[in-house]
Amino acid sequence: MPFALTVLIGAQLAGEVLRRLMHLPLPGPVIGMFILAVVLVTRAQSWLTPTESGPSALDKTATTLISNMGLLFVPAGVGIIAELSVLRREWLPIVTGLLVSTVLGLVVTGVVMHKITRRAELNSVLSTGDSNNEDVR
Amino acid sequence: MFRTLWAPLALTPLLWLTLTLAAFAFGQAVQRLCRRSPLANPVLIAILVMVAILKCTNTSYAEYFAGAQFINFLLGPATVALAVPLALNLNHIRRSLRGLGLALLAGSLTSAISGVAVVWAMGGGREVALSMAPKAVTTPIAMSLAQEVGGVPALTAALAIAGGIIAAVVGRTVLQWFRVDDWRSHGLAAGVAGSGVAAAQIAPLSGVAAAFAAIGIGLNGLVTAFIVPLVALLLPMK
Repeated sequence: MPFALTVLIGAQLAGEVLRRLMHLPLPGPVIGMFILAVVLVTRAQSWLTPTESGPSALDKTATTLISNMGLLFVPAGVGIIAELSVLRREWLPIVTGLLVSTVLGLVVTGVVMHKITRRAELNSVLSTGDSNNEDVR
Repeated sequence: MFRTLWAPLALTPLLWLTLTLAAFAFGQAVQRLCRRSPLANPVLIAILVMVAILKCTNTSYAEYFAGAQFINFLLGPATVALAVPLALNLNHIRRSLRGLGLALLAGSLTSAISGVAVVWAMGGGREVALSMAPKAVTTPIAMSLAQEVGGVPALTAALAIAGGIIAAVVGRTVLQWFRVDDWRSHGLAAGVAGSGVAAAQIAPLSGVAAAFAAIGIGLNGLVTAFIVPLVALLLPMK
């Protein structure tokens, strides 16, 4: 647990430092996520190697944080209370824009991804007989 | 009597911290009661409960946030933690790199442009339209982008979370209408259209989905950081 938290917050710190130094338009934690991913893949595979007692400490801590991520959005979400007047004034364009753009973005991303990977997979299945499908249902 | 008791208690951040945790636990209990239906979204329930409590007790957001910031702080390490499913599923990602890039670009453009266009067409103000543009990305990125182009960061944060809740609630159903049935596409779409909130809904269901959601959140932030300033430039003054 202390090790895992050191790694996670250390990566966030590294991301923050890099952001300031290079004036990147991304927030520190997102840069930190990419830094940690690169480190995990190239240098520190052992941090993710399962132990006899199950997944590694870093894996366990990360899974706990990710599966409870919803909680972490509540404080920022309550911030809507300060914007209620704008919301009351322009609720119709706001609600419509939100619904339309979210559903459109979702569908376009999902369908494009699905079509292209499915096609690539059919090709690779035809040539190598290898298939790696996990279906949602 | 009530006043004198309440005032010192309200000063302690601990109260708001406890109530926020309890509100979310309550939201999760409701979702369990509704047989894990995505309609009973615990984030939405917790926010509604907290807004009602703050309204009833006449508490300012700043006072609330003094306590709730400790939860908010964990967003940083939790975002970094997405690197773990990313690294564990690198093979899946490598294999679908081309689809990933195209889907990401198409999705980012669609959601940034359509949001601004709809608000604009329906007579919404410029500030609101610009607050809508970056709302698909994860909350901290969305807020700094809104600031940059002249939107309202707090409104963008609320829109980002609301959009995430919509994506979490309807995501799997809508994608299944379009016969999208693999975890990679579901994960990526959740990350691109609904950022962390939708990722939180889908991540516990599949490691592959979590990895693609993580990629979606990160890269969508990157792509949107370039799109939004362009959209702001093209949006005519009223």
